[in-house]
Amino acid sequence: MKVEGRALRVGVALLVMGGLVLPIIAGMAQTGRAAFGVLPAIGATEPSLEPWRQLFSLPGFGTSLRLTLVTGIGSTLLALALASGFCALMHGRMSHASMGRLLAPFLAVPHAALAIGLAFLLAPSGWIARMISPWATGWDRPPDLATVHDGWGLALIVGLLIKEVPFLLLVIGSALGQLPVRQHLAAGRALGYGRGVVWIKVIMPQVYPLIRLPIFIVLAFALSVVDMAIILGPSNPPTLAVAIIRWFSAPDTTLILPASAAAFLQALLVAGAIVAWIGAERGAKRIGLWWLRRGGRGHRSEPGLWATSSVVSVLMLLGVMALAALVVWSFAWRWSYPQALPQSWSLKGWMTPGSGWGRALEATLIIGVSTTAMSLLLAIAWLEGEDRGRRGRAAWAQALIYLPLLVPQVGFLLGLNVLFLQIGISGGMVAVIWAQMLFVFPYVMIALSDPWRALDPHHIRAAAALGASPWRRLVAVKLPMLIRPLATAAAIGFAVSVAQYLPTLFMGAGRIATLTTEAVTLASGSDRRVVGVYAVLQAALPFLAYGAALALPALVYRNRRGLLGVGHEP
Amino acid sequence: MSLELIDVVVGPLAGAPLFGALSLRVEPGEVATLMGPSGIGKSTLLDAIGGHLAHGFKVSGRVELSGRDVLTQPAEARRIGVLFQDAMLFPHLSVGDNLAFGLAQSVRGAARSAAVEEALDQAGLAGFATRDPATLSGGQRARAALMRALLAKPEALLLDEPFSRLDAELRAEIRGFVFEHLRVRKIPGLLVTHDTSDAEAAAGAVVQL
Repeated sequence: MKVEGRALRVGVALLVMGGLVLPIIAGMAQTGRAAFGVLPAIGATEPSLEPWRQLFSLPGFGTSLRLTLVTGIGSTLLALALASGFCALMHGRMSHASMGRLLAPFLAVPHAALAIGLAFLLAPSGWIARMISPWATGWDRPPDLATVHDGWGLALIVGLLIKEVPFLLLVIGSALGQLPVRQHLAAGRALGYGRGVVWIKVIMPQVYPLIRLPIFIVLAFALSVVDMAIILGPSNPPTLAVAIIRWFSAPDTTLILPASAAAFLQALLVAGAIVAWIGAERGAKRIGLWWLRRGGRGHRSEPGLWATSSVVSVLMLLGVMALAALVVWSFAWRWSYPQALPQSWSLKGWMTPGSGWGRALEATLIIGVSTTAMSLLLAIAWLEGEDRGRRGRAAWAQALIYLPLLVPQVGFLLGLNVLFLQIGISGGMVAVIWAQMLFVFPYVMIALSDPWRALDPHHIRAAAALGASPWRRLVAVKLPMLIRPLATAAAIGFAVSVAQYLPTLFMGAGRIATLTTEAVTLASGSDRRVVGVYAVLQAALPFLAYGAALALPALVYRNRRGLLGVGHEP
Repeated sequence: MSLELIDVVVGPLAGAPLFGALSLRVEPGEVATLMGPSGIGKSTLLDAIGGHLAHGFKVSGRVELSGRDVLTQPAEARRIGVLFQDAMLFPHLSVGDNLAFGLAQSVRGAARSAAVEEALDQAGLAGFATRDPATLSGGQRARAALMRALLAKPEALLLDEPFSRLDAELRAEIRGFVFEHLRVRKIPGLLVTHDTSDAEAAAGAVVQL
């Protein structure tokens, strides 16, 4: 009795520790060693501070650092402000379901595809310039303006916002679902506070603790993003994460040690930013309380809310147009500047899978399906182990799940690559699948945990009382009842895998080409028609996965109202 | 078949037991009633007897079914059925498949569907085998849940406030239906309730926790 499910729990713990946590710690340690001059593979054995001295004297280092901080912290702050303002205005005017439908495309689209589309849109030779030229601008050739790759990182910030605002809207939305918003809003307004002010003084302070972890994930991501920064960010010098990749893959191997120091610094930056953020929270709390106690009613907050919401709408419009731009370019043939649409269309880009996208698609599918399947199995085993032990999740176990999402990829992938080289799996499918699992599994686990726990345990007890063994309870009762969240978690896992850039690039050692690595590589300077095909495919796969996740349960259970969310047992 | 509790004590692993040692004997076909204020641990006691105790709780003493000590066995081996407040029919299975879920594997083929049909008939649900459980009324669901529990041939049945969600008229009807089946099949029942009319209808021993 006492040991029910213990073997399962021990097995899962060993797999998660050995397969997911250990590589991160070992990779980070390896990066740290190299940062202080020890990397026997290139003959460096003496610990020293030389890599750091080299790093600080590398051209553009200071600018890279500044760009990283400005784009990372700036985009996170902006995204939080915009998402809060949008929620304040739209809450109650838009149902949860229609909000979900609005956000889904933005959550599904991979960063790289969105970034490429945005570049197609914003570039001086891009779609917007073509639409307004020459009648409004007088341009009959692309102007010499840096609308992407701009020196301040504005294009990068816009790109990040289009992905991050919807994500924060999603987490704020689900946090609001747990709060008595309507009553608090009514109580506040009855006391004479304007709508927006009640929102800031009453609602957001309750929402914030519930969305803190997702904010940290956004912050960590924005500080260390690579693919989007390559496509949209400043190019010379680039943000730190991009600079690290350049130094690391430079022909000059003496740059590997300073690159490692920079990767270590990248991890410190993220940790430092989170600590600073927590410090700022305290300050904001103090100032906020002072402001709140003054009792200002602030009737004129409405224009501010409308302003933030307009910005959010513009961002979403840009996102949709970016995706449209990908499709248009992938079917374009002759399209001379400044025509608003192609003069002639063609299927040429699509007719030649042998030219590269066929194989990239195949590799993407193989990696995506296997990482998703393994992550789903591991997540089910973990949750079932908790059920059999009839216990919740310890805080440390919860922290382990979030670990890969908070530690910057480049920090440990660099070191992990060295380890994979030593055990001889670098450059192979296994290495790529393993490395992607580090990021796919946490998302699958997060997506599946809440619905799994929301399953009424009485169903399981009823099954046990009817003589069903633990295995039969899992296969015949739990999994069929959870088919919707299982399908959703699988779709999310698949989308995360498709979007992975850095793990594929590093662990594949350039030998494994997926749609994402190819799209990012081609994005700089290649024929837009070819890039368009890759980016459309990359964006289409997650959409197809989400579509299947919706259609499958509805089809299987078309005669079961209790599982379709229509009627349910009282 | 009789259900016997001997010095049963339930409580958190570290901490005082929820109530004093409980001893009770329920004869075949009888229904004993447990009453007491909310939070005293009535449902936890049923969890302990059925084998569904949450982590962090312990049970000591003995629970015997016809002389067999069940506390060392896992829930699925105890042959103790359970009815909850809600019918807990599996939403992904048809009504018939729900009833068949608890049938022994040794009942095969045509005998299986015959057993299900007969049980549905007894519950006034003839012809409901292919129905979606979500389309049943509250009373129909309650009767189907009892039939599902009985088809598993339990040696005792735990009743965790199974009538509390039903309105007064339906309550008396379903209660009579359940108790009658237990009496005819000589299965001991243990009922947890807040309602004295339930205890009176059960007509067995009443234990105040």
